[in-house]
Amino acid sequence: MLHFADLLQYSDLFFSGLLTTVELTVLTTILGIAVGTSCASIRQYGNKTSQGVVSVYVELIRNTPFIVQLFFIFFGLPALGVRLSPWEASMIALTINLGAYSTEIIRAGLASIPKGQVEAAKVLGLNFRQTLTRVIFIPAFEKIYPALVSQCIIVMLGSAVISQISVEDLTYAANLVQSRNFRAFESYLVTAALYLGLSILLRFALNAIGKRLFVYREAS
Amino acid sequence: MIEFSNWDILRNLLFATQWTILLSLAAFIGGSSVALTLTALRLTRNKVVHKLIRGYVELFQGTPLLMQMFLCFFGLSLLGYEISAWGAAILSLTLFTSAFLVEIWRGCIDTLPKGQWEACRCLGLSFLQTLRHIILPQAIRVAIAPTVGFSVQVIKGTALASVIGFVELTKVGTMLNNATFEPFKVFALVAIIYFLLCYPLSLYSKVLEKKFNGSR
Repeated sequence: MLHFADLLQYSDLFFSGLLTTVELTVLTTILGIAVGTSCASIRQYGNKTSQGVVSVYVELIRNTPFIVQLFFIFFGLPALGVRLSPWEASMIALTINLGAYSTEIIRAGLASIPKGQVEAAKVLGLNFRQTLTRVIFIPAFEKIYPALVSQCIIVMLGSAVISQISVEDLTYAANLVQSRNFRAFESYLVTAALYLGLSILLRFALNAIGKRLFVYREAS
Repeated sequence: MIEFSNWDILRNLLFATQWTILLSLAAFIGGSSVALTLTALRLTRNKVVHKLIRGYVELFQGTPLLMQMFLCFFGLSLLGYEISAWGAAILSLTLFTSAFLVEIWRGCIDTLPKGQWEACRCLGLSFLQTLRHIILPQAIRVAIAPTVGFSVQVIKGTALASVIGFVELTKVGTMLNNATFEPFKVFALVAIIYFLLCYPLSLYSKVLEKKFNGSR
């Protein structure tokens, strides 16, 4: 009943879709965590006004569906004169989305660093930069790293939606293939398997990076 | 062309919100029933059952919800089962919700110290008595906050049902956009309505979390 062989001739399509998804995932993971780190720092150490602005951003994004954010950016912003290609729009939407979620996560990490630890660093004569990286950020990230990894994977899976504004990602390839040969079930099944593999791979890669990043523990 | 006033847009969106709410409720009720069954099965401590549930969770947390919807909608009808967009949306959201809730509830039960189970056996309580009087009252208190928090994800997940053609808030948003050519206004309104649905739940979940932490 199932004919997976019919998909073989479209393997190029699947592959280029997979590549787009991977490309977007890598870029948004880096940018999103950068946004999240900045916003979390503001929320933890900034003044009242900037804290308020960041809270509004985080709550707005966390309480609306990604697809609506995407449509708003892609269809809505041109009304204000901001024209974006589908690729740019989904790039921005994904970054904003991951940025908001990772702000919450990273802030929890920053909040878990006891004040005494920073004071101890001062007493030991570490300069500002050393204190920031070795005493605040790396230990904070180590505490919340598993949650951050899960969030990155959730955003990667959420990126399936960008096929709706015709970005040629993995889901777009699946839709295209099933519209050509009407093998919907096989096409989506293969794509789901590819996403599953991708999420396992992403978790593996991020955990490997984490091991590198938090290696200082073993030296003590 | 029919002219749409602001009130017309809002009225149509609010009408569609009913369907979003209904779909969320159906998915949440369905999902928690499946999750409850799976959690109960997990308590039997059968290794095979554990592995199967682990695989189930991994499968639904590791693939996009959109793909699950496509598989339910296009896949099942190709295999010969007639399924409406409404049915496919409920089915896929139920599976998705249950996979996350099983994992959340597992965490809640596992936070209770193992010694409690052992103490109950020493006191001569049966398995069901232990569950009813000792484990569940504590686990439920821990579970409520994250469960309410997850319901926000369910509401947001229903937005994807628009892709398979189920007419709910997001779908009506795109339809109104096509009719009025005012995407900025329409999608801002859609986002605001979702926000008004989700934010109270997020806040409530935070309050519950504080309350639980305070009483410990």
